Amino acid sequence: MLTILFDGVAYGMLLFILAVGLAVTMGLMNFINLAHGAFAMAGGYITVLLMQRLNVPFLWCLPLAFIGTALLGAVLERTLYRPLYHKAHLDQVLFSIGLVFMAVATVDYFVGSTGQIIQLPAWLKGRTELGSGAFMLGMGHYRLFIIAVCAALTVGLQYVLTRTRFGSRLRASVDDQRVAAGMGINVNIVFLSTFAFGSGLAGLGGALGAEVLGLDPSFPLKFMIYFLIVVAVGGTSSITGPLLAALLLGIADVAGKYYIPKLGAFIVYSLMILILMWRPQGLFVRKGGK
Amino acid sequence: MDASSTNVLLRSRRMRPWEPVLWLLAFAAPLALPGHALIINEIAIVALFALSLDLILGYTGIVSLGHAAFFGMGGYAAALFAKHVMPDPLVGLAVGIAAATLLGAVASFTVMRGTDLTRLMVTLGVGLIMLELANKLDWLTGGADGLQGVVMGPVLGKFEFDLFGRTAAWYSMSVLLVLFLLARRVVQSPFGATLKAIRDNRLRAMAIGIPVTAKLAQVYTLAAALAGAAGALLTQTTGFASLDLFEFHRSADVMLILVIGGVGWLYGGVVGAIGFKLLQDLISAVTPQYWTFWIGLFLVVLVLVGRERLIRPWTWFGGRKA
Repeated sequence: MLTILFDGVAYGMLLFILAVGLAVTMGLMNFINLAHGAFAMAGGYITVLLMQRLNVPFLWCLPLAFIGTALLGAVLERTLYRPLYHKAHLDQVLFSIGLVFMAVATVDYFVGSTGQIIQLPAWLKGRTELGSGAFMLGMGHYRLFIIAVCAALTVGLQYVLTRTRFGSRLRASVDDQRVAAGMGINVNIVFLSTFAFGSGLAGLGGALGAEVLGLDPSFPLKFMIYFLIVVAVGGTSSITGPLLAALLLGIADVAGKYYIPKLGAFIVYSLMILILMWRPQGLFVRKGGK
Repeated sequence: MDASSTNVLLRSRRMRPWEPVLWLLAFAAPLALPGHALIINEIAIVALFALSLDLILGYTGIVSLGHAAFFGMGGYAAALFAKHVMPDPLVGLAVGIAAATLLGAVASFTVMRGTDLTRLMVTLGVGLIMLELANKLDWLTGGADGLQGVVMGPVLGKFEFDLFGRTAAWYSMSVLLVLFLLARRVVQSPFGATLKAIRDNRLRAMAIGIPVTAKLAQVYTLAAALAGAAGALLTQTTGFASLDLFEFHRSADVMLILVIGGVGWLYGGVVGAIGFKLLQDLISAVTPQYWTFWIGLFLVVLVLVGRERLIRPWTWFGGRKA
């Protein structure tokens, strides 16, 4: 039972890293970006290709995946996304679905449609067991590693957002773009760097998650709903909201699939619909927020 | 309001002279192009599906990513009915519509509140739940193998479905025509005007006394019924129902179709369906496997250029007006 909880937490942390960039860009720019999963997939494929073709060690691949997708995000933000910030939501949805279709077909064309396998280094492969009986806690080392990395990133993010000058600029821009611009904050730069950083995080998440979630060209479509759930349920005004939502989703999904495999993903979707009917703005939204 | 503007309002409701001609041409098409009757049938079905989405997207402003839920519901209901109860197509169609209407009425509770993002999520969620259900209830739906062995009786007891799809094309087109006229009547009625008011400014609509949630529920249910009819037509004319009916790409495609033809215009769905099918044929003839890439590129370019300019070719050249 504890093992399921542990796996759920690892899964949830991973989802959080994947989706936090989406939460920030959605809250910041009110942009419905369904193509976020494409960045995660890009990170995953960067890692796989680097490891398979160039024999780069796994740990080196992670920062490279981050940098690669962040650059990709920055370029796309500047060229394609920026003109669409003030368009209707329908346009944004169509645009990002188009991007997803392109990403899926491109990866299919260059790499092939089969799932990719990541060869983990030996020290991440083991499994430690604590306790016994019903309370046995089996921890895969790789999942432990995921939790550690994601927790460190979360703390770092929280620090940047609440304690640094950039963080306060970002929060100001989220709260009111026009006033922030009027106060002399270069909102465009804040947008660009945030988008790039969020995409980079998604890429890192994709690289970390390739082993857990599986990696094939349909990745952005398969996990789109999960990222959106994290954002819609968690709200976009803080990072604790998406974090809690991601953990909830991770645990519910793992537990649901373990205990009631017949219902599958059914529980998660119904839960999401009920939560959104009850609180359309998300579960963890501060009062008076947008 | 002076006399001329009253005339404008009245005129926009009347049938234009070119419309009966268009429909006559459409009905003559299976005779003129006997080899393409199957494609014509498909176009009619997709047009009906896009028409139903137009009611909620174009006229009411609900961005839905899960419209395939109703399409699939209607399709499966009609197929199951034909397999287990009776093979008459018209009764099956009614059953399909009824099932989708019911689902639409239940699902309409989910789209009343919240922002575009919330609605996007819940519609997507409903679509995925239906897909999961159809997948897991394999004793009823055949699961991933699909529902096979659906044999349809003749339409009205007279017209057998033939191999070339001619009967199917005429059948689908007749249903499309009837439902098109119904939808047209609906959007031109005061009810349609309140829908547009809700789309343009929900707060103001509420302030002038429009019961917004009730209207949303009604139009969502109606759109679900039309989508169910489209799904029922598809399974009846192909004699096969599979999980593909509920897939996400179907919801995305129908949105693309509507956008190609123009949102908030009933012929948009019809024009878009023709355009989309031709585009699909053209591209998949060149690259059978990767045609989604080109569809994606088309979407991206379409949005960046501005989708309202696609159906107005005279704005393509020359400077943009400020």
